[in-house]
Amino acid sequence: MGSTLFDRVWEAHVVAEPSAEPPLLYIDLHLVHEVTSAQAFDGLRLAGRRVRRPDLTLATMDHNVPTDERPPDSLARAQLEALRRNCEEFGVPLFATGSGREGIVHIIGPELGLTQPGLTIVCGDSHTSTHGAFGALAFPIGTSEVELVLATQTLPQHRPGTMLLDVTGDLPFGVTAKDVILGVIGRIGVGGSIGHVIEYAGEVIRGLSMEGRMTICNMSIEAGARAGIVAPDDTTFSFLEGRPAVPKGAEWERALDRWRALASDPDAAYDRVVEIDVGGLAPQVSWGTNPGMVVPVDGVVPDPATFADPGDRENAERALTYMALEPGTPIQDIQVDRVFIGSCTNARLEDLRRAAQVVAGKRIAPTVRALVVPGSAGVKQQAEEEGLDRIFEEAGFEWRRAGCSMCLGMNPDVLQPGERCASTSNRNFEGRQGRGGRTHLVSPETAAATALAGRFVDVRELALEPVA
Amino acid sequence: MKPLPRRIEGRIAVLERADVDTDQIMPKQFLKRIERTGYGEFIFFEWAKNPDFELNRPEALGASILVVGRNFGCGSSREHAVWGLRDAGFEAVVAPSFGDIFRTNCLKTGLLPVVLSEDEVRALMDLGSGAELAVDVEEQTIGSFRFELDPYERQRLLEGLDDIALTLKRGDEIAAFEAAHPSPVSTAAL
Repeated sequence: MGSTLFDRVWEAHVVAEPSAEPPLLYIDLHLVHEVTSAQAFDGLRLAGRRVRRPDLTLATMDHNVPTDERPPDSLARAQLEALRRNCEEFGVPLFATGSGREGIVHIIGPELGLTQPGLTIVCGDSHTSTHGAFGALAFPIGTSEVELVLATQTLPQHRPGTMLLDVTGDLPFGVTAKDVILGVIGRIGVGGSIGHVIEYAGEVIRGLSMEGRMTICNMSIEAGARAGIVAPDDTTFSFLEGRPAVPKGAEWERALDRWRALASDPDAAYDRVVEIDVGGLAPQVSWGTNPGMVVPVDGVVPDPATFADPGDRENAERALTYMALEPGTPIQDIQVDRVFIGSCTNARLEDLRRAAQVVAGKRIAPTVRALVVPGSAGVKQQAEEEGLDRIFEEAGFEWRRAGCSMCLGMNPDVLQPGERCASTSNRNFEGRQGRGGRTHLVSPETAAATALAGRFVDVRELALEPVA
Repeated sequence: MKPLPRRIEGRIAVLERADVDTDQIMPKQFLKRIERTGYGEFIFFEWAKNPDFELNRPEALGASILVVGRNFGCGSSREHAVWGLRDAGFEAVVAPSFGDIFRTNCLKTGLLPVVLSEDEVRALMDLGSGAELAVDVEEQTIGSFRFELDPYERQRLLEGLDDIALTLKRGDEIAAFEAAHPSPVSTAAL
């Protein structure tokens, strides 16, 4: 029986396997941000401990930072200041706001080339699964574990199960990686892969760019998975080549040999196998308050009475009340007040290019306020070099500085109570984007087209060129 | 970590909802605090504004065992959600399943996560908030039901063991691993 990609990465990082304890796993890269780290650094200080490997740790500021000229509130400022002090005291490199190197933690790792195949990566943030797109084993941890990794560079971990998600079929025109993962979560459910690492495979995944693979791995957590992972291939290698943290020359060649050997064996065994054919998939729009509550853009708001499971039915009823939606309403009749293009799910350069192509030369609906927030200072700079900022601004979008922004409402970018938003982010939980705000998760293309029309639009009806 | 008592005896509070995410347990505005305690009054902050919210009922007040629907604590990794439940007086949470990170955070913080079958959780929910129940952590029983708990995790919870101190005892093995496996990346030179 062969090994899976997950097996190989896991087994290469086992430091110890004590008989009565969980295996101890070595961590190659620890990413840190302001919201889940302060208490961990305090714990180190109280116990007189140090950070074992500051050279394998990188901090940035993303969740709390304002993306315009407004100052952070006093609590946010205190938290950002705590991170600055902690990084100084413990010797951890920090890409602070205004350094020109800051960004959403899951965007800057890949951008720097720190996210590499075969690594173990952790971060005190649930969307750490993003890094799995490179064939890294990347999983989220809580603050206690952040402290543990800071102190020991290891993590006691029970071995998770494995799940193969074979994505087959031809991805239809106008249907994106975001639609694929929303469709997957809609099918397997928000608890559908609890305790498992999902390996995404199949022709559709092979055909995706690294940006698309990151979008898919990013939302693994919304299906309950421990992590998502994709076998590295030439797409991965050409994305990485030449990035600052990537080896050069003969070292690069050696790295390629190592990375090519990571892929799962054809006869590898998984605990679960799910095949999904996306041939008939339409662009997806979420209608409820978790990311599994999705329908095709040409569909209607479902009737809770049609749900077989009583728990699902009650959740759907509560969700429709919160979302102020009636069963049977065509999705394309739903009007939005706000559009948010951003987040660790969809704020990379390719996402912005795709959205810009939709809005170029057009104007957003007068009833809509729309925001584009690049995922990092680097993405912002590249986008501006390509003139994307002007395209968005001429169309009526606000062009902002890098940060998590309206994905989670911890900074000044929030929905007002009752406002409805088409959002490229990852969570439509109650109040996620602001108290009383109503979130509909969509792809960047759908978000952009929705901003123009003021209501949801089927992007398959637009004349779009493929974006490189 | 404060050791968990061998027996948890108290009243249950029933929250019959599936897929409750940690954004609901502890909304974002309380994540800006840099302290580790004082989160108890903020749990289910928005839902609790409704006087009819399940946990506002008099019989649910002062409960130490929370009984909830499947996939409880899904979503964000915020440990603040667990700190809040602990600060609010809960010592155990019972569900058919938990979000993985939430469950780990419980084990690290000393809040006992108990997984029972859907039918068993239903039976506890049918007792209603305010019913008295006993959890024997050592025997791994809750009422008449038995639950699974990793022996290592059980010992850690009962003795309040410090994970970091335990792991640091393996310092030689960690150093040996580092010597044999040079780091593929470094953040120092960026």
